[in-house]
Amino acid sequence: MLDWLSDNRAVIAAIIIPILVLAFVWSIYYGRKQDRLTDNDEVFGDPVRTKGGWYWAVCGVSSLFLIWFYFSWGVGRAYFPEAANNMCQVAKLEESVGPIKASLPIGSRYYKSTLLAGRNADQLDELQAQLASTPFTDAEKAELAELIDQTNTLIANSSDPANMSDATREELSGIAVQIIALSQFLDAGPVNMSPTPEALAQPKWGTTFTEIPILPRTEKGVLFDTAATQAAEISGAFNKIRNQSAANDSLIEDTQARIEALKEINESGDFDEATLAAREDYVKAVERIFRRLDDGLIFPAAALEEVNDAVAVLDASASSAQGSLRIADALFFPGPGIVKSATQCTEQGSARWLPKPTDVVATFGRLANPDLENGGGYRGFPLLWWDWVAVADVVAFFVPDWIADVWPGEYARHGSDGTIEPNFKDKLLAFATGDVNLGHFPMLDGHIWDSLFRVLVALGLGILLGVPLGLFMGVSKFFKSFFDPLIELYRPVPPLAWAPLILTIFGIQDDGKIFLLFMVAFAIMVISARTGASGVQLSKIRASHSLGATDRQIMWTVIFPNALPEILTGIRIAVGVCWGTLVAAEMLAGTTGIGFIENIARTVSDYELIWVTILIMGVLGLVFDLIMRWVIQKTIPWRGMG
Amino acid sequence: MADLICENLNMTFTNPQTGGKVEALKDINFTLKKGELLSVLGPSGCGKTTLLNAIAGFVPPTGGHAKIGDKVIEGPGVERGMVFQQGALFEWLSVSRNVDYGLRMRGQDPAQNQKEVDKWLEIVGLQGFGDTPTYQLSGGMQQRVALARCLINEPDVILMDEPLGALDALTREKMQSLVLEIWKETGKTIMIITHSVEEALLLGERLFVMAPRPGRVHKEYNLPFAERGLKESLREIKKDPKFSEVREEILTMIWDMEEEIMGRA
Repeated sequence: MLDWLSDNRAVIAAIIIPILVLAFVWSIYYGRKQDRLTDNDEVFGDPVRTKGGWYWAVCGVSSLFLIWFYFSWGVGRAYFPEAANNMCQVAKLEESVGPIKASLPIGSRYYKSTLLAGRNADQLDELQAQLASTPFTDAEKAELAELIDQTNTLIANSSDPANMSDATREELSGIAVQIIALSQFLDAGPVNMSPTPEALAQPKWGTTFTEIPILPRTEKGVLFDTAATQAAEISGAFNKIRNQSAANDSLIEDTQARIEALKEINESGDFDEATLAAREDYVKAVERIFRRLDDGLIFPAAALEEVNDAVAVLDASASSAQGSLRIADALFFPGPGIVKSATQCTEQGSARWLPKPTDVVATFGRLANPDLENGGGYRGFPLLWWDWVAVADVVAFFVPDWIADVWPGEYARHGSDGTIEPNFKDKLLAFATGDVNLGHFPMLDGHIWDSLFRVLVALGLGILLGVPLGLFMGVSKFFKSFFDPLIELYRPVPPLAWAPLILTIFGIQDDGKIFLLFMVAFAIMVISARTGASGVQLSKIRASHSLGATDRQIMWTVIFPNALPEILTGIRIAVGVCWGTLVAAEMLAGTTGIGFIENIARTVSDYELIWVTILIMGVLGLVFDLIMRWVIQKTIPWRGMG
Repeated sequence: MADLICENLNMTFTNPQTGGKVEALKDINFTLKKGELLSVLGPSGCGKTTLLNAIAGFVPPTGGHAKIGDKVIEGPGVERGMVFQQGALFEWLSVSRNVDYGLRMRGQDPAQNQKEVDKWLEIVGLQGFGDTPTYQLSGGMQQRVALARCLINEPDVILMDEPLGALDALTREKMQSLVLEIWKETGKTIMIITHSVEEALLLGERLFVMAPRPGRVHKEYNLPFAERGLKESLREIKKDPKFSEVREEILTMIWDMEEEIMGRA
């Protein structure tokens, strides 16, 4: 069932999207009608005007989902499920033609030859300018100046069409002819082409980690795939072409010999270290430029024009061969489209970091599946499930081992026959270390539960210890003045600043995180309970004194309930802060928890997983807050009415 | 039940920063016999509330003492019930739990408590409101709960600190009748602080007019109106020329004090 849903996510999206559009349009229509009826009853600014309006919530949620579907290419995939595969084939052709285009002003401003000639000439000019201040003799300086001139001549010779060899000229023409033939092949369209069974058997777009199936699944795709293969061959041939003009041959040899001679003088001469370094650097710089000119990558501009025109024709053909695909691309695939890298086709633009809603649900489904053997859970741990927990382990957690140590008597010794007869002290030790069978009980388990458990335990401890202390601080000079500096010193430090220290001391497992969260919750609870306690009306205290209550009774029957609104608000704040701190702490260290999942997802750039964890945290935060709101509603209905 | 006696009661407040001293009460002497109804009147700042707080035991006097019978007052106690201006009810408790608060704090049997609660709620006219949260009650009803909560403890003296000050005129008149009824039925000693001259005249069997700086009893009256209020309508009493005469006299007295203060300031 889950697999079937996962395989048909594009179809499911295709059903959901029209529903969202309908909801969006209907809510605007209905909302405008309703607002016309009700808004007339109240003047602008009356808070009553904000009451109700659930239809605008429908409008907001549906537009949010539509934007999400659109920018994640969810709409594109729903209605053009083969588009990505086709665009991938187009991208393959683009990738294959890439090396040729890199030499041409298509997609850039200049011929690569123009850039090379310009850059080398600039660098030579710079060297020429530096020459006067170099530690060479005058004779050497003259020699170097001549060398620089000669190298400049190399550039000039390469750029002159007259110096070009016929062989090179023919090779370039051949490339242009082949490109024109390729564009004619594209113009002819997919004749006698069909996708291979292997290609049709590929997993669908988005259902695996490779994202887009790479083998062509349609006739058009096969056309582009074949064209890409041919283009790759043409590119390979083009890359091998060099402009070795005969006019340069003797010049290159001469230059090389003179550079070698200079290098020899450097090596044999008796120069101090700094002078030698300066001389060597200069000669090396000249040689570097010379080597670049030696490999024949500068072509006369006129010689490349034919290829340039041919590539323009190919682009036009590729564009028209795409047909309707181009319109779909422009309308439903916002961003740069699909790019082919060495091994795979990837979505670029907003779809890269914004996974499709259906993919997020599918990823969540995969994580939520408690069947670990079949790919469920995350890192061998379910998202939220249950497991049997040994009672003995829980007991051992609370009973310290030293209880057995301090029990009178000695631990058992092995007898003369080598057997061990455990005495009571041994049994007590087994009990304290959890080495007994006391049965099992079912307990929640999984990443979400781990995170929740940490927050709840820390919050519980914070409330249990923080509220009484806060109440006493609200009524007692000693408690207030003694504890105020302690708490006020550690509280303003951001909890995450404590994290490295606390996690080092208490370990990266639950203990450290719980202690860190406890610190956060404790300070908040102390402060809120204290504020509540010190805000109690004097007349209420006096009334209960006059009614015969003792100090302790006043504490628990007047001061505590009176502080309850502040305490509950404190809990609500503490839950939020604890939750935020926990996720960050889990990112710092740990092996389980929601923050842990997100951190791992970040390191492998798994955007779907990142979004799943973000959404889980959002929903959990919302649930926490709704529970707290409900609790506040139920326990302190008198708030603001006393 | 015993008399309430104040002997040379002094209260001096020292400002901890400036060291300046304010004599809030100076040499207060009076005896309030069992069953008497005393109202205390005076311009603001004359020490009415300080006197009440000293008798209630919330603040220890700096000189002299107050006694219930032979027992010197050294702190708050159940034999002196308090009713505050705003009721000072515990809004997290229902009406019944507010009323039996004192009984519960002393660990009395809950079933017995409920009977007492019902009895007192009926006396103050709140039968059937036992389970209502107090924050849903009107100001007058809240004050009735405060009365019942105080009376259920069977105090010797009931101390009321401007108990009807926050009520509207109509409710106030009803509550005045209720106070007189309770006084008659229970025979309690009652001391009422008020800033309404009419109320002081209507409720006070005895009436102290206090003067400020230092806080002292300026003049004492013995009045017949409280006794009459048990039989006649309060509105009829207000029309009595004698009532008007005393009212004008006291008003003039307080006006003069206020002007003297303003002049000095």
